[in-house]
Amino acid sequence: MVTKMQSTTHATPHFQADHGHGAHHHDEGFWRTYVFSIDHKVIGIQYGITALAFLLFGFSLMLMMRWQIAHPGISIPLAGPLLEKLLGSVAAKGVMSPDLYNSFGAMHGTIMVFLAVVPLLSGMYGNYLVPLQIGANDMAFPRLNMMSYQFYFIGGIVMFASFFIPGGAAQAGWTSYPPLSEVIPTDGQTYWLIGMVFLITSSLLGSANIIATIVQLRAPGLTWMRLPFFVWSQFVASFLLLLAFPPLEAAGVMQLMDKVTGSSMFLPTGLSVGGKIANVAGGGNPLLWQHLFWFLAHPEVYVLILPALGIVAEVIANNTRKPLWGYKSLVYGSLGLGFMSFIVWAHHMYLTGMGTTIATFFQTTTMIISIPSVIILTCLLMSLWGGSIRFNTPMLFALAFLPMFGIGGLTGLPLGFSASDLHLHDTYYVIAHFHYVVAPGTIFAIFAGIYFWFPKASGRMMNEFWGRVHFWLSFIFMNLIFMPMFAQGLAGMSRRMSDGGVNYSASYFQANGIVAAGGLSNNIMYLNNTILWAAVGLGLAQIPFIINFFYSIFKGPRVTSDNPWQATTLEWQTPTPPGHGNFLTPPSVYRGPYEYSVPGHPVDFIAQDQPDKAKA
Amino acid sequence: MTESTEDFKNHTRRTLFIFASVLCGTFLMVGASFAPLRNPHMNLVLVLVAACCNAFIVAGFLMHLFSERKMIYTMLGFTAFFTVMLFALTWIAEHDVPQVLVR
Amino acid sequence: MEIPYTVEARPDTGVYNAKLGVWLFLASEVMLFGGLFSAYVLLRVGTPPELWPHGWLNVKLGTLNTVLLASSAITTLLAWAALKVKKFNHYRIYHGLTLLLAVAFLVIKSTEYNDKFHHYEIVQTDGKIADGHLVEKSADFDLVKKTGEVTLHHVRVVEKTEELADLRHAKPPGEGEVKIAAANIKKMQNYGPYHNNYLGIYFTLTILHALHILGGAIVIAFLWGPGSKMWKTEPERFTNRVEVSGLFWHFVDLVWIFLFPVLYLT
Repeated sequence: MVTKMQSTTHATPHFQADHGHGAHHHDEGFWRTYVFSIDHKVIGIQYGITALAFLLFGFSLMLMMRWQIAHPGISIPLAGPLLEKLLGSVAAKGVMSPDLYNSFGAMHGTIMVFLAVVPLLSGMYGNYLVPLQIGANDMAFPRLNMMSYQFYFIGGIVMFASFFIPGGAAQAGWTSYPPLSEVIPTDGQTYWLIGMVFLITSSLLGSANIIATIVQLRAPGLTWMRLPFFVWSQFVASFLLLLAFPPLEAAGVMQLMDKVTGSSMFLPTGLSVGGKIANVAGGGNPLLWQHLFWFLAHPEVYVLILPALGIVAEVIANNTRKPLWGYKSLVYGSLGLGFMSFIVWAHHMYLTGMGTTIATFFQTTTMIISIPSVIILTCLLMSLWGGSIRFNTPMLFALAFLPMFGIGGLTGLPLGFSASDLHLHDTYYVIAHFHYVVAPGTIFAIFAGIYFWFPKASGRMMNEFWGRVHFWLSFIFMNLIFMPMFAQGLAGMSRRMSDGGVNYSASYFQANGIVAAGGLSNNIMYLNNTILWAAVGLGLAQIPFIINFFYSIFKGPRVTSDNPWQATTLEWQTPTPPGHGNFLTPPSVYRGPYEYSVPGHPVDFIAQDQPDKAKA
Repeated sequence: MTESTEDFKNHTRRTLFIFASVLCGTFLMVGASFAPLRNPHMNLVLVLVAACCNAFIVAGFLMHLFSERKMIYTMLGFTAFFTVMLFALTWIAEHDVPQVLVR
Repeated sequence: MEIPYTVEARPDTGVYNAKLGVWLFLASEVMLFGGLFSAYVLLRVGTPPELWPHGWLNVKLGTLNTVLLASSAITTLLAWAALKVKKFNHYRIYHGLTLLLAVAFLVIKSTEYNDKFHHYEIVQTDGKIADGHLVEKSADFDLVKKTGEVTLHHVRVVEKTEELADLRHAKPPGEGEVKIAAANIKKMQNYGPYHNNYLGIYFTLTILHALHILGGAIVIAFLWGPGSKMWKTEPERFTNRVEVSGLFWHFVDLVWIFLFPVLYLT
């Protein structure tokens, strides 16, 4: 493959589509090149497209739910008739029934976590960037890589198909707590479990592949402490996936046995369903599911945030034109974060009647894990100090990430203490907290990464003006959505209520003569309306992005250099876009990842594969 | 590694020895479970001890863990630690329930 | 395009790619079975001790299966060692044996499953429990219409279900056949995973394990048959493949070494 590519220096771009890369397409044919490709970059883009589609899908589920919350029992404008046509009686007259609301809620969470954000971070960024940044020509196991995408795709199809079966998709929340998840008499939960087994298998194969690639295929000279921080973050996140997912797979198989064969490993003795004693053997342990579920789901939070921190670190180093402050602290911080994340899971379970001894243990570890998070965030903030910052679109998203992640992280502290958590558990406060981490946090980092690496993957730049429009509108609307939820949660509004809390509102109490202190005040209830229109605004704000994205693929201005951002890491030293096999000549690494503004050097960056003057 | 025929014969002999010990371990396990001991919990402990010995032989000799690289040890060490944590913390959480009911 | 370190070890890590890959995979498998064993223990301690079954499985068959798997682990090792000294024919013989042993294991396991599905616990209207193996159901047998009868053999008749929990030192069941009319049956259930949590976790663990055996056997069959062409072109890489598939096979054996005592013996 290398011989087919033209050999030129790094300074001028290589448009592989016209030459070597084009010839390659010819060799393999359409199916092998685009559908059953074993090239890590094609697989990365496959992950990216599928996951972005699911991201949009998951968002539109939520948009419909927000209408139902703000205007319960009123037909959903535009989408309502379509829903009725597609799903039938659960959306009669275009009104979202409580069952449908439950389905959408459960699937919104499942889709966003397992089908959108993790595949974007590990699948798209992990696949596309890790081999490029470590100077490898592909992943360690290319065929396995293809298989992990296919498992992901099948899992996504199963999840998507479950909307259209009788009874609809899973309704027991993304956490699928038994006994509820098992006693709902429809098949949605079975589809959910089968889909999850595929997704977990995909993640396991993918993460083992990423770890093996990082360990085995680093270019000569690329020692561990010369790895870009993004690679470190992928390394830790992959370990979390590899070791935390299997217990959930075990629990998923057990719940599948319960659901399909009628065993009762998660169903307690004397379980009553609809006023009747359920016909099961009983003796099961519903809390066991929660333990096994959160053993995954807490490390999963760090799978969602670590690669995002990695992306932000790359963008910040590049656009402040100076080395990251405290690179080693970042690395050890993320390792510590990864380690601790395995032993904090039961802070999701304070409300289960947990004893004080074990609650103290989990409160302590939860407070300890905030230390490495703060170290990482501080390093990134300090990196800005004294830099001559370039405020381009990727940098705007990366900068907005910092305070958003900060808000998300700090509002988590009251949830880590059992005393305050007992009040806040399952309220909108929790929703606001983790969405601040994942939505304006991780998803902003994903956007930063898309704007940043788009020129490498496509050879064209995205439009800067519309990028800024996308950023500012998203930034404003994100905060308008999630900030009011803190107030609602503190006022005691529970999550997962299909009427948006009407039955607990002060006005409902008065109207029905219920003598109860409080009730949700009109102001708190009115915020539902604010959030609805902010969510609509957020949806509209994505239109410039979507148009910009597709327009730029075909019509954007071509990059004039392989390294348009003047970056130091290895992925910018390849042809644009990189052909199968990536590098024209196998690279060697001579220096750390962030040698920006080195005194005495003619330009303000030195690429990692540039030899020292003395040696050259 | 076994490159010459002589080495190969040694290797075969050693393998058969391992096989014999695994068989012994298995029969010890079965024997321990039926042994008429005063405390039935002792049977359980003995069986598990025999099982661990067997597992030790399989992992150590058959999977070459006695002569593996440091990196693999590190990785398996973390895995073992997290497995133990999963088990122990779940166990403690399940058994640490308030004794006095608050009504 | 060549991916480095598919055959020789990378100097600073000391392993080749596939070996690291398989160990990573095995680490996740440790967590998978770790989760399941935790579930087993918690279900067991959560059940009143007098209700947790003992001696419900055939120890002879279990021991036989343990020996079969141990033997297959040995033949796997010998197959790899044969490749190391370039004796391809020996390799074919040893791995052929591995495959036969794997099939034998699965056959025995399925007869054990079959036995459980023919084993019924029948609660009669007089409160007595008849527990035995199904011989036949009469043609008009119907529990709802209360017609017909069912024939069992190897029957135990007990007053309370607790008496059926610990069968390790129990008297052997009666030899003769027993007929029970449908009209006298209050509840009839075979020993499927729904019968109680012991059987639930037993089926979950052993089915997952059997699926691992099946998967491993498919890989070994591939390396024995069509995949062995690689021996002609890249003998070292082929030897590596046999080694990593062997590591997986040993791990499956290792899991069984723990499954056997916790399910059959204690």
